[in-house]
Amino acid sequence: MKDVILDYIKNEYLDEEEAEDMKLDENTPLISSGIVDSFSMVSLKRFLEKKYSVSLPDEEATPQAFDTVNNIIALVNKHKR
Amino acid sequence: MYPTVVQDAYRAELASIRDKGIFKEERFIHSPQAADIRVEFPSGAALQDVINLCSNNYLGLSSHPEVVAAAHRALDERGYGMSSVRFICGTQDLHKQLEAKLTEFLGTEDTILFPSCMDANAGVFEAVLNEQDVMIADRLVHASIVDGMRLCKAMQDTYKHADMKHLEQKLQEHQDRRGRLIITDGVFSMDGDVAPLDQICELADRYNAMVFVDDSHATGFMGKTGRGVHEHCGVFGRIDIITTTLGKALGGASGGCVSGRREIVELCRQRARPYLFSNAVPPPIAGAALKVLEILSKTTERRDKLEANTTFWRQALHEAGFVIKEGDSPIVPIMLFNAKLSQDIARDLYQEGIYVIGFFFPVVAAGQARIRTQMSADHDIPMLQRAIEAFKKIGAKYGILGLDKKGIIEKYGQ
Repeated sequence: MKDVILDYIKNEYLDEEEAEDMKLDENTPLISSGIVDSFSMVSLKRFLEKKYSVSLPDEEATPQAFDTVNNIIALVNKHKR
Repeated sequence: MYPTVVQDAYRAELASIRDKGIFKEERFIHSPQAADIRVEFPSGAALQDVINLCSNNYLGLSSHPEVVAAAHRALDERGYGMSSVRFICGTQDLHKQLEAKLTEFLGTEDTILFPSCMDANAGVFEAVLNEQDVMIADRLVHASIVDGMRLCKAMQDTYKHADMKHLEQKLQEHQDRRGRLIITDGVFSMDGDVAPLDQICELADRYNAMVFVDDSHATGFMGKTGRGVHEHCGVFGRIDIITTTLGKALGGASGGCVSGRREIVELCRQRARPYLFSNAVPPPIAGAALKVLEILSKTTERRDKLEANTTFWRQALHEAGFVIKEGDSPIVPIMLFNAKLSQDIARDLYQEGIYVIGFFFPVVAAGQARIRTQMSADHDIPMLQRAIEAFKKIGAKYGILGLDKKGIIEKYGQ
């Protein structure tokens, strides 16, 4: 799951130059660092819901919950079962 | 009742804004808006005459005698305010004339005035789209568009800034929706770059999508006759929704509009909440805006001068050794990358009689701090020569002349 989400973030949010410069891993802050802004976060939420067949309630899809790939994995797993 | 616990929380928030260095302070201008102004800053300091490089007064019409006279005339003949929303008893002949003139100027089918372009953007999406539709926006669109999209039930999506491959991917992905609306600024206000509207219109045709452009930083001067980015990119008449402002090049007071397809404008008249629930644009503003459009329809002299000033300014900054964002618009950002450096240089330039503002995260992306300069038709070359001398002096003081992005970051960090 980790690599799938990291790949999605690289393709969806970084341009080529940034993707080369930046070392992105599961602990990299996404929202607080400005890589993903809250305006653009909706496509990530939709991607996760479709890919993992989950429904992430809006009140839980907070900037904190989406701030690192590890946080995202925890959120998806919570709703998976 | 103002509970202490609430007051304390507000104070803590304000302190945190100050601590982060993003507390906004107003500078008091003791003169009309113009290329050279008299400023009190900080509050209580002696007045200083400065060259203004940060207003949106692109065509220098904010204090133009003919525009001021037209406002006076409308004030005398039609009064000060309407004390009503448009559809109750707030529509004058001036409003209908202005809407018709804007329609003609922008090359659309119809136009509806709003109190501001912020209000136009806040109201238009909700009025014309529903949950069957999708809005696909450039990631750097203006905050008012982001707010307007949030008020709308249609699905939201975004594409990487000006990235046509990414936009195409999104259009393919959303072919199952009833309607698709591509949303972009014409000129992006922080970078001064121009949306590739020709390519956007092509994709829109291919994927059956509508196009929305906020042309606030373009109406009046982009394109050979100043109609906007749609003229600049050769797609005049092909934009479904244009929003723009009277608060920048077109006189600079306030007011905005939605201009575009007849049905879309009519739906705004029926449903757009900022239109329905706020007062009509005041008569002096409507009268003055009509005069502005008359001036601009007669001659392209002012937009031509603005273009010449912009060419001079971009060239002069290049030659001085600054890193600037390339583009065709009168918005010319000087890239400094480091937030503190942008503030220090703006402060020193003020001491040299140049009024500019440094921008940094979160107003622009992290590590992209800059000083944004904006040209006006009110500037003249000697004025810009004085400004460039000041930039060179301060640039040399900080040792950044001739350095590229990497060099500046090595010296000051990002």
